[in-house]
Amino acid sequence: MGLDIRLPIGFLFSIFGVLLIAFGALSDKAIYERSLGININLEWGIVMLLFGALMLFLGRRGTKV
Amino acid sequence: MLRIIDWTIMIVYFVFVLGIGAVLKRYVKTSTDFFLAGRSIPAWVAGLAFLSANLGAQEVIGMGASGAKYGIATSHFYWIGAIPAMVFVGVFMMPFYYGSRARSVPEYLRLRFDEKTRGLNAVSFAIMTLFSSGISMYAMAKLIQILHIFDAPFAWLGLPQAWIFHFSLVISALVVLGYILLGGLTSAIYNEVVQFFLIVAGFLPLVWLGLKNIGGWQGLKANLDPSYTHSWLGMSNPHTNRLGVEWFGLSMGLGFVLSFGYWCTDFLVIQRAMAANSMNSARCTPLIAAFPKMLFPFLVILPGLIAIALPTQNLANLAGTHAATTIEGRGLIPAKMDASGQVIRDKDGTVELDYDLATPNMLLHYFPTGILGLGLTALLASFMSGMAGNVTAFNTVWTYDIYQSYINKKASDEHYLWMGRMATIFGIALSIATAYMATRFNNIMDMLQLVFAFVNAPLFATFLLGMFWKRTTGHGAFTGLLGGTMAAALHHGLTLPQGGVPGVKGGWIAALHIYPSEMAQNFWTAIYAWTTCFVITIVVSLLTRAHDEKELKGLVYSLTERPTQQGLSWYQRPAVLAVVVLAATGLLNIIFR
Repeated sequence: MGLDIRLPIGFLFSIFGVLLIAFGALSDKAIYERSLGININLEWGIVMLLFGALMLFLGRRGTKV
Repeated sequence: MLRIIDWTIMIVYFVFVLGIGAVLKRYVKTSTDFFLAGRSIPAWVAGLAFLSANLGAQEVIGMGASGAKYGIATSHFYWIGAIPAMVFVGVFMMPFYYGSRARSVPEYLRLRFDEKTRGLNAVSFAIMTLFSSGISMYAMAKLIQILHIFDAPFAWLGLPQAWIFHFSLVISALVVLGYILLGGLTSAIYNEVVQFFLIVAGFLPLVWLGLKNIGGWQGLKANLDPSYTHSWLGMSNPHTNRLGVEWFGLSMGLGFVLSFGYWCTDFLVIQRAMAANSMNSARCTPLIAAFPKMLFPFLVILPGLIAIALPTQNLANLAGTHAATTIEGRGLIPAKMDASGQVIRDKDGTVELDYDLATPNMLLHYFPTGILGLGLTALLASFMSGMAGNVTAFNTVWTYDIYQSYINKKASDEHYLWMGRMATIFGIALSIATAYMATRFNNIMDMLQLVFAFVNAPLFATFLLGMFWKRTTGHGAFTGLLGGTMAAALHHGLTLPQGGVPGVKGGWIAALHIYPSEMAQNFWTAIYAWTTCFVITIVVSLLTRAHDEKELKGLVYSLTERPTQQGLSWYQRPAVLAVVVLAATGLLNIIFR
């Protein structure tokens, strides 16, 4: 099939990662009381962005070959 | 309370889901593209879709609920109830499904047996998929209502809150309809893979926070009765474990009959493997799926266990009710309420808990706005993947096995492609009707189990004999299936679970035997159905004329060449993957015994 599935996954996770990182950096720290004081938006946003970037890298490499 | 960031995440996801369909639209030219993704899907993609198609309502919410109710023993639904069957279908059965070039499971039955066996299977399967997809839809709309996701926008628009249920139902149906109409099975498979990653991304941080909070596995053990944290403890007697079933009923009923009946014969999952790009990919599909499947209990069952282990707190602000009163419950799980807002108690006066809220309440408890949007999106994704899986299986079986076989035999390929799209539309319309019917039933999990027991339980006996005993005949298979299903109904009608009232719970003929739990009754219904089908098929086959051996090439084990594993790396060999995943599952059973 013409579309490498890793590309949409990569885009989606990168967008989610960026959104969560931005919101995590700007948001009031008081909302993190429920997540045990951890800024889970920022931390998990970074993980999602890294995963998204990896998928984009693999997808692009796969499409070129 | 949801804020703009949560809505943005949800909307981005829906745009992506439909966008994938739109991009794939130009690749759909023939009916094979639409129904079988042009048989071009790589093994890992097919594998994750194989897993994800089964991630419907019963998985994420139901397994969290069972985790809270039964404890870690719920993992039997994975380690016994899935992995061995997934290994078996990949290693032993896929050569016939994929190798015969059948386009569906009923079509394999047509090639191997005869027209009537196919017809029986096609019709019962079509009904079952509509049923399951309706249940998925119902559960999703109900959940959206309970979590008050749309309350604020509805209030803002001045619409009555009672419409939320209908709105959620229709909108989820439209999204699934949209992406399947556009890209067919490829679209469904691609979205299932996205959904798989999304579910992991949404639940991993939840489990992490929960375990950190409670002090890890040791903390769970310290806070809970040992019956919650052991999967094999007390399994020698149904009265000494939380499931209420003994090891034999569990391993034969769930581990053999129900599990093999589902994973090895259900077209919903087999379709994903049939769409793979080669014989070896098709064989690897369920094996690749088995690895994440083996680890899924930690993602979906642990939230339930954590929810019940946490100190009981005021659930009023969690459950979303605006009342300031304290809601009774245990941990994060509220008590069930009747229509007048009274707590429901059983006859001993113990509060009945609404276990289905275990996982959603965990999300609300630990996730601040932002990641809460991600978690809810993951929940919605799991419902949609379950729905879409059923719809794609339905449109294929309808078009190839019912429409092309009995209604219009010689139409052009374009016509069948058109019919597939039509089937998608009326399949979804019928699912919506089923969803409204489901408003009358309560426990989704138990009802699905009952349906599986009647229809699927005898099926595996037919396939096992058909694939591995060349003497099995069409008449044998057909009468065996009918007999098996009747045995299931009869057994259900003659037995009752403890404390059950005759009716939907069984015993509608007479209550000759009382099982310690509904689960035990279901497992034994399956065992009786399977055994009856197995015996009748053998007897009738021996009494009827055997099939010509030339016709059975590629359909029966003894008349088919073994697929070669030459020239494959070790990690591409089905046998190697099978041994690794079985050993790892065995190890998990020992660790969590």
